[in-house]
Amino acid sequence: MSLERFISDAISPWMKREGPESDIVLSSRVRLARNIHQYVFPIAADKESAHEVISAISTCMSEENEEAEKLEMLMMETLKPVQKRVLVEKHLISPNLAEQAKYGAVLMNADESVSIMVNEEDHIRIQCLAPGFQLEEVLHRANEIDDFIEKNVDYAFDERRGYLTSCPTNVGTGLRASVMMHLPALVLSKKMSRIIPAINQLGLAVRGIYGEGTEAQGNIFQISNQMTLGKSEEDIMEDLAGVVTQVIQQERAARQQLQDGLKLQLEDKLFRSLGTLENCRIIQSKEAAKCLSDVRLGIDLEILPGISKTILNELMILTQPGFLQQYAGEVLTPEERDIRRATLIRERIKLENR
Amino acid sequence: MNCEECHEREASLHFTKIINGEKTEFHICEHCAKEKGEFLPGSNSFSIHQLLSGLLHGDGHVPNTPSSNFIPPSLSCEKCGMSYYQFAKIGRFGCDNCYKAFESKLNPIFKRVHGGNTLHAGKIPLRAGSSIQEKKQLQQLKQALQQYILNEEFEKAAETRDVIREIEHRLQQGRDT
Ligand SMILES: [Zn+2]
Ligand SMILES: [Zn+2]
Repeated sequence: MSLERFISDAISPWMKREGPESDIVLSSRVRLARNIHQYVFPIAADKESAHEVISAISTCMSEENEEAEKLEMLMMETLKPVQKRVLVEKHLISPNLAEQAKYGAVLMNADESVSIMVNEEDHIRIQCLAPGFQLEEVLHRANEIDDFIEKNVDYAFDERRGYLTSCPTNVGTGLRASVMMHLPALVLSKKMSRIIPAINQLGLAVRGIYGEGTEAQGNIFQISNQMTLGKSEEDIMEDLAGVVTQVIQQERAARQQLQDGLKLQLEDKLFRSLGTLENCRIIQSKEAAKCLSDVRLGIDLEILPGISKTILNELMILTQPGFLQQYAGEVLTPEERDIRRATLIRERIKLENR
Repeated sequence: MNCEECHEREASLHFTKIINGEKTEFHICEHCAKEKGEFLPGSNSFSIHQLLSGLLHGDGHVPNTPSSNFIPPSLSCEKCGMSYYQFAKIGRFGCDNCYKAFESKLNPIFKRVHGGNTLHAGKIPLRAGSSIQEKKQLQQLKQALQQYILNEEFEKAAETRDVIREIEHRLQQGRDT
């Protein structure tokens, strides 16, 4: 398969569109957790009841839909491990659904901006994604799907506790809203370590999307709400959007400071990273992520012109182990992956220079 | 011990996951852990698990002196069979009825997890929501009916009873479809 073809298959169509504030906000996501009253939750369900949940939802979604949007259904048990891993790396399903849910399934629309996980921790997890900073739009979309499903199934709902979920951390609205942000200047100027605790104090979580612990590979952070009970969906979204707006302003200010004070040093760093990506023969994911973040910053600051903005998003996903192995068509050792990763990155950058 | 991911390097990171009440050990080398990134067991499930077992053990009840904190070993959900101990151990409800079965224990948990909140303030599902409204109306009507009977206003009582029957009939139908 040609690289261009592979990339176009690998990158969700919604990701190719550009959203508001896309120099800093890569994507917005909303997830609603729902359960069906008549069945016990997946953690306690037997095979029969799990299959009934799947058929209830597939029947419901195949019904005449106003938007006439067709959703394709994939059963986890029919997928190979590498196929599941690819869905995880595209953020279409959770690692939990891929690895643990015995009778899991996912429904997706054509541009992969909507995915409905079935029999994950909850019976139903509606997820909507959009490029850039578009929290209101994704919530609206998720609510439409939620209302559509509710026409046909009785949700587990209680007046006092709201939507009843398997984990006590999701009860109430069942809403998890998150925004993926690229914050290289705040990291470079060592401001992130002060910003993260401040955001945590407001009841929001900050974590790296790639990498673990406090280290965020590619300087990509996810900010999301933690509380789901006692606040309306609108208030949750407003609080999150308010914080994201402030972080955007701070990142812009930090970028400006870097350009004003350390222009040559910054250019040196960014050009060197581009050089590394263009010339590497073996590269680990951590170094690749660092260089990709630099190149993306260079694009946004117009220091490295003529490279497409989507390269960071694209290559962060494509250089994950699942995709590398899918592209290679075989299982790879970590050392082999590092070689494949380097090759793929070089080839991808060559496409830019044509 | 070899890494379960690459089967080559020595596993240096060890995790314990609890799935369906069963413990699963998970051993991985640092290189693969970095590669896997977010595929590592979610920290979320750990914190809620720790929180719940903390609440459970923090009860510190003394046998023979039952208090509101005392958890009878028999406290369990009749719909899914999960006991409160299991719930506290794995941090997951087994079904929607668990919320009723463990009701007396939930407020402190929700308060800790949701910034002091215990009551829902968000969306109400359209269909289920309309029956919630009707149930409230039904309660009020039944109270009114009692009052009319006490006051010997039998005509009004009869009218009210008809309305109650109509709503009850509608609720019943809603349940059947
Ligand atoms: Zn390994
Ligand atoms: Zn239960």
